[in-house]
This record gives sequence, C-alpha cells and structure tokens, in this order.
Amino acid sequence: MTVVRTDASGVLPRRGPKSFLELASVRRYGLQAGTFAMALVLWILFAVGASETWLHFDIYSSLMSTVPLTGIVALALTMVVIAREIDVSFGSVMAVGAWAFVAVGQPELGLVAGLAAGLGVGLLNGIIVVRFGVPSLVATIGSWFFWAGIVLYGTGGKGAGTDFAAGFVTNLVTGRIGGYVPAEFPWMLGIAIVLWVLLNRHRFGAHTYLIGDNEQSARMMGVRTDRVRIAVFALVGTAAAFAGIATTLESNYFWPTTGSGAMLPTVAAVFLGGTSIFGGRGTIFGTVVAAFVIGAIEPGIVSIGWTGLLTQVIYGAVIVGALIMQAYVVRRVR
Amino acid sequence: MATNTDLLELDGISKSFGGVRALHDVSLTVGANEIVGLFGDNGAGKSTLIKIVTGFHAPDSGTITWKGRRFEHLTVQRARELGIETVYQERALADQQPLWRNVFMGRERTTRLGLLDVAGMRAETEKLMLEFLRFTSKAVTPESFVGSMSGGERQGVAIARALHFEAELVILDEPTMGLSLTETRKTLEFVRGIKDAGRSCIFIDHNIFNVHEICERVIVIDRGRVAGEFRPSEMSVHELVEQLRHVAETGMLAGARG
Repeated sequence: MTVVRTDASGVLPRRGPKSFLELASVRRYGLQAGTFAMALVLWILFAVGASETWLHFDIYSSLMSTVPLTGIVALALTMVVIAREIDVSFGSVMAVGAWAFVAVGQPELGLVAGLAAGLGVGLLNGIIVVRFGVPSLVATIGSWFFWAGIVLYGTGGKGAGTDFAAGFVTNLVTGRIGGYVPAEFPWMLGIAIVLWVLLNRHRFGAHTYLIGDNEQSARMMGVRTDRVRIAVFALVGTAAAFAGIATTLESNYFWPTTGSGAMLPTVAAVFLGGTSIFGGRGTIFGTVVAAFVIGAIEPGIVSIGWTGLLTQVIYGAVIVGALIMQAYVVRRVR
Repeated sequence: MATNTDLLELDGISKSFGGVRALHDVSLTVGANEIVGLFGDNGAGKSTLIKIVTGFHAPDSGTITWKGRRFEHLTVQRARELGIETVYQERALADQQPLWRNVFMGRERTTRLGLLDVAGMRAETEKLMLEFLRFTSKAVTPESFVGSMSGGERQGVAIARALHFEAELVILDEPTMGLSLTETRKTLEFVRGIKDAGRSCIFIDHNIFNVHEICERVIVIDRGRVAGEFRPSEMSVHELVEQLRHVAETGMLAGARG
C-alpha cells in the first residue's frame, strides 16, 4: 500500500515554481502589472511627444477632476465584475442621481436624495438579476434605456443650473483644495480605499470573489450569495449617482444626458485594470491605474498632435485588447 | 441495535417525492469514530438519505437521533451546528482563490473590528497543511490556487476543511469519482485521517474495492430500503461482490443481518 505520509519531519519541501507564469504573485497580479507598465509607457510617450503639457501640473489637475467622474463608477463596477456580473446601466443612473439632486433644489437634501435614487435603481437592478434570474447584461441594458428615458421624459429634455448648491456641497464634491487639487480626486482615492478594505479585508469582499469564482460552491458553503449579488449592484447605483452629481456640479449645470458618454471609459477602466470578465479576479489598484490611463488617452493624443476623433477607436481597442489578454492568461495559467 | 456509543441513529425514515417513494422505512446507525459505507445503485436512495441527514430534505416519517437527541427533521443550519459536514462530489471549492480562502469559505474569521483576520486564517491553513494534508509533492502554500492542485489534494482540502470546523460526522459523497489510482489512494488516506482524528464518516462510493478497504461497516441500500449490512473484515472482496449480485436479484443480502 502506498503510504502518503512519508514526511515525518513535518516540513514542507518548497520547490520553486517551474516557470515565470506559475509564480503565485505573477498569476494574481500579472494583469495589473501589465496595466501599470502600459501607464508608464504611455506617460513617457506623452511626456516626450508633448513635454510642455505633460511636465506641468495643469494637466494633472485637469485629470484629477475628470478621471474620478468615471473612475468612481469603475471602482464599484469592479466589484460587480469580480462577482461575475456586469452593469451597463450606470450612465443612466448618473443622470437619475443628478436629476434627483437638482429636482430637490436644496443642496444637502438633494445630495442625499440623489444618492438614495442611485441606490434604489441599483437595488432594483440587483433584484431583477438575482430574484428574477435575468442575465445581468440584458437586465441592465434594459434598465439603461429605461432610466435614460425616464429622465428625458421627466425633465422634458430641459437642463437646470446648480446655483442653489453653491457653497458647502459644491465645495465638498468639486471644490479645489488649496486652489489646485480638485476634490473629486480625494473622493476617488477615499472610495478606492474603502472598497479595497471591503474587498480584501471584509467578508463581503471575500464572498464577492467566491461568488464570481464558483457561485454554487459558495452557496453550498453557506455564503448568502443572493444578498451579496444584489448589494454589488446597489453599490454601483450609488457610486453612479455620486458621479452624476459631481459631473453636474463640476459644470454647474445639469444636462438630462449626463452620463451618456460614461460607458466606454468606465468599462474600459475595469477591464484594462485586469479585472476578469470570467469573474473571481480583480483588484481596486488595477482599476485606479487603468482609470487614469483611460482618462489620459484623449488629452494625450491631442497633445501630441493627433486628432481627438481617434479617442473612441483607442478605447475600443483597449477594451478588446485587455479582454484578449485575460482570455490568454486564463488559458495559460489554469 | 442502537447503543449509547451511537453518534447518529436513523429510525424508520421514509420519503416520497410526488408519489415516488425514494426511501422506505430506513433505519441505520453510525457509531462514534466509525467509518460506515453506504453502497447501492444509482437511484437506490443514497443521495436522498444523505440530504435528510444534512437537513436539505425533511423525512415524511421517522426520526433522526444525534447523540441521544431526537429530531423530526434537521435544517442545513442545524446539521452544521451539530457537527455534520458534507463533502460534495464537486467538493465546493473555488479554483481561482487561494487555499486559505477556500478553507474558510463562508466561515471567514474576523477580528474585533469586523475585518478579516487574514494572518490568522493563513497561519491556520498552514498548520492544517502540515498536520492533516501533509502536502509533499510540490510547492503548495496557503496562497496557492486550489485550481492548480490535483484531484486528491483537492479532496484532501475539502476533508481537512470539514475536520477543521469540528465536524464529528463527515459525509463523503463519491470522493474518488474521476480520480486516478494514485489520487484515489491519497483520498483514502485522508479518509483514514478522519478516523485518526477520532471522528466518524459516511463514505459513499461505487467502487467496491474502495468500500471494502476503507469501511468498518457497509450498509447496502437497494430501491429505497436497507438491504442489509456487513463488515468487510469478515468477508473477502469476492464474497462481497457475490453478495451484491444477490442483492441486485433479490433485494436482500444472502443471510443478511439487516
């Protein structure tokens, strides 16, 4: 009979991994490292091609106000994608949140109402997906059109100013700290830190990874998968409402079409950040870096003298490229 | 037949699903620190029986007695609290997650702040690997992906996890299915580990050699009834095969005690 327990010393022999791809850290963070490398390469390219732009603070101040508007949603969306779901309705939810904010017409209450509206739409998305079993892509495409339509109908297509919120709330969300740093940036960093803790140091995050990896296993081991799945949609809804309000305050005007252009850069940030479309994998750090890479593409290509009309082409290529990389890594590494 | 050393006693369990009788008046016991085999054809009622023990189904009639406490039926939650753990065929593992996250799946340990005790869970996983799993074949650490492990190792992880959470009765549902010969040997070693740890086990397997080798007592289920039971130590594998052929034809063991 074969005796398996030969290791009387109780010491595990640790042979080195056979190839680079087998290193646990490479397997876990390889895609993120790739994103980081890409960020560096792009920055060097831009800094060399348009040094007068990229070696001055102004462009970074500008990025710090624009990137969080999609980045904050991308961070929450990262959780959804890790749970092996997708939400494409966040653009409309940005408009719903912003509309609720201006419709209330009182800054503090408006902020609360806007966030609550986003939370509500997110919860509804989650319930449609989890309780009614509708695949999340289809469910949120429906909700994307539905809520965009509701906002257009409700506003009659007309915008509104945000002068009512001048002062505390405007400064809180989009003020300039020390005259330079846009408040959106610390908001994004703060949200990133909170979500990192949630994802890596809390049961909620542990369960999010497990559900994305193998929902059935998670359920058999007592994870309340339905709750977690609904909660990640609620998180995106709330984040989208906040981003919508910030977008509105940044331009001092509410457009009923707020968020309609958010889809591409947000989704691109999540996938470029190394979060797996196959679920179970993804990092907050990757999404933060990728959001800035995505945000830098448009000013970058304009500053080096190309046409800004190429922006969408590059976003699209980045999404597909990132997904091909993921598919490759999944096949090689498993 | 029930004695005071019995861990689990099922008495007169019947269960029907929409007019189809899955179990009919099934009575059996599992002793403390005993490995009991459950043997029977597909559809004989093994799965239903297991689901009643683990609280997924409530029996139509009969009682479940656990350490002298009688229950009309169990819930999944209650069964777990009592110390009944099932290792499912699919092993309920998450392939892309590190070993330690799998060990603590659904039962993550937290600090007083409500945050995950990552260091503690890693350390306990490491201890488990040294003391129970004795992984020697390759570089496995608590950070290793479960998906990179062999079938036997994965089975070991699932069993170790059950024991780690103080399971007194580990139910193994076809643990060797789809495993190579070497991996099967490894899995049987892990089953012996359950016995060594002083716990009990219900072992379900279609492979008569595995059942004969590992089980102290085997209960044969046939068409929803207990056809009988035998002790592998008292008969050879060949006699056993003959007996089972007899069961298939008559529904009873030749000279059955059941």
